[in-house]
Amino acid sequence: MRDILDRIKNGEVLLADGAMGTMLIEKGLKIGDCPERLNLDKPELLGEIARQYFDAGADIIQTNTFGGSPLKLAQYSLESETEELNIAAVNAVRQVVGNNAYIYGSCGPSGRLLKPYGDTEHQEVLDSFKRQITALISEGADLICVETMTDLEEARLAIKAAKSIDSSIPVSATMTFDVTPRGFFTIMGVDIQHAVKGLIEAGADMIGSNCGNGIENMVKIAEEFRRLTSIPLVIQSNAGLPEMIDGRIEYSESPEFMAERCKQLIDIDVNVIGGCCGTTPEHISAFRNVIDKHNSKNS
Amino acid sequence: MEILKQISESLEKGDFNRVGELTQQALDQGLDPKVILDDGLIAGMSIVGQKFKVHEIFLPDVLLAAKAMYAGMDLLKPLMIKENIPSIGKVVMGTVQGDLHDIGKNLVSIMLKGAGLDVIDLGNDVPPAKFVDTAISENADVIGISTLLTTTMPVMGEVVEMAKERGVYGKVKIIVGGAPLNADYAEQIGADAYCFDGVNAVDCVKRFLGAG
Repeated sequence: MRDILDRIKNGEVLLADGAMGTMLIEKGLKIGDCPERLNLDKPELLGEIARQYFDAGADIIQTNTFGGSPLKLAQYSLESETEELNIAAVNAVRQVVGNNAYIYGSCGPSGRLLKPYGDTEHQEVLDSFKRQITALISEGADLICVETMTDLEEARLAIKAAKSIDSSIPVSATMTFDVTPRGFFTIMGVDIQHAVKGLIEAGADMIGSNCGNGIENMVKIAEEFRRLTSIPLVIQSNAGLPEMIDGRIEYSESPEFMAERCKQLIDIDVNVIGGCCGTTPEHISAFRNVIDKHNSKNS
Repeated sequence: MEILKQISESLEKGDFNRVGELTQQALDQGLDPKVILDDGLIAGMSIVGQKFKVHEIFLPDVLLAAKAMYAGMDLLKPLMIKENIPSIGKVVMGTVQGDLHDIGKNLVSIMLKGAGLDVIDLGNDVPPAKFVDTAISENADVIGISTLLTTTMPVMGEVVEMAKERGVYGKVKIIVGGAPLNADYAEQIGADAYCFDGVNAVDCVKRFLGAG
């Protein structure tokens, strides 16, 4: 496969996949169960999801390893299976996509608060990310996806962990911002300016935002990022905020609605577009059409 | 009182070492623990709460202020127990079963303690029966339930149902909070109130106790 960063440099917009968590719940993940446990118990489910997103046209497919760091797995007493769970996740995707899509090794927050706000040492979090990312890279993940971060320092530790294992592995780092009357901030109080500076300094190759409060806010977030940097941008939006309708969780933004805003993201010069909670293969397929139009004009 | 103002200001800054020192100094000067709590620690914490509410400060600042709050409370608590100063009410707090996120719940617990309430913190991943059983055995006034995940929201309804089964629904007030929630959902499941943040939770609890 061609180097992903080269493709971006040449003006190509790449498509990442959509939600993992909400798809797993749809397929029967029980409340309170560890999502990563499925990597060993039911790898066929992960294959199915990868297949659906691959068929929808995604260039980049994520592994089910969001909570796959030993610190996070420890909440389910599964930390001793860190290697097995991460390796199985990469394999499940590779079996479906072969070398026809990039495997995006997902790496979410540790679930711990760093000192001085919490009780966890920086080194402990760094080691935890290193252990997870070593497994992901050794099994052939093509890029590392540090995502849904709210603490800049934690995001930086994850980026540094990835780069210390393989300095040539492309690393994307995205944070989750809330809308406040004073602008966009993560719950830990990080604004976009600090995010841009801190993530790039730590060594990220692509930066941006994921999750969040719907794609219209994401367009604004992307604009702010782009004003501040020329580095490749990644945007993976939720399909709106979850709503409880007749006891079921629903996300309101349709594939058509989101695809329309994808055009805006492309105009802002966002380089990788995908989905987060609530997005489905139908969303990704709608994004594919928009992105194809752009890429064909550019080629 | 100059020292109480200093306690409040140091707490706002999250300077937990200083708050501990100042609290000890205030006690050494012979100040009443209840006065130190109300006019020093709680005064500071409510400013922190207000600033947090308007996004002037963020979670890390609140976490540091909370640490400072505890640094002072740890010194006052044993004295207050000895002097038999009654609390204004008791709240059982926890994050619902299946939900391992506890930052929000911890913040609310701190705010409630800061407001002078007794808080029994059951931690996270708490089964519905445990909320209700604890509220009954501890003679609590309020159950506070937190969730971050949309997937764990329905468990809140189970706590309400269980409170009805055990005959304490209405007697023990149930408040709910968490990122995916709203007032409609709280009403739908029969909770007594939806609280959108820690400051709001304190207001709600005080209202239920007739102390606000």
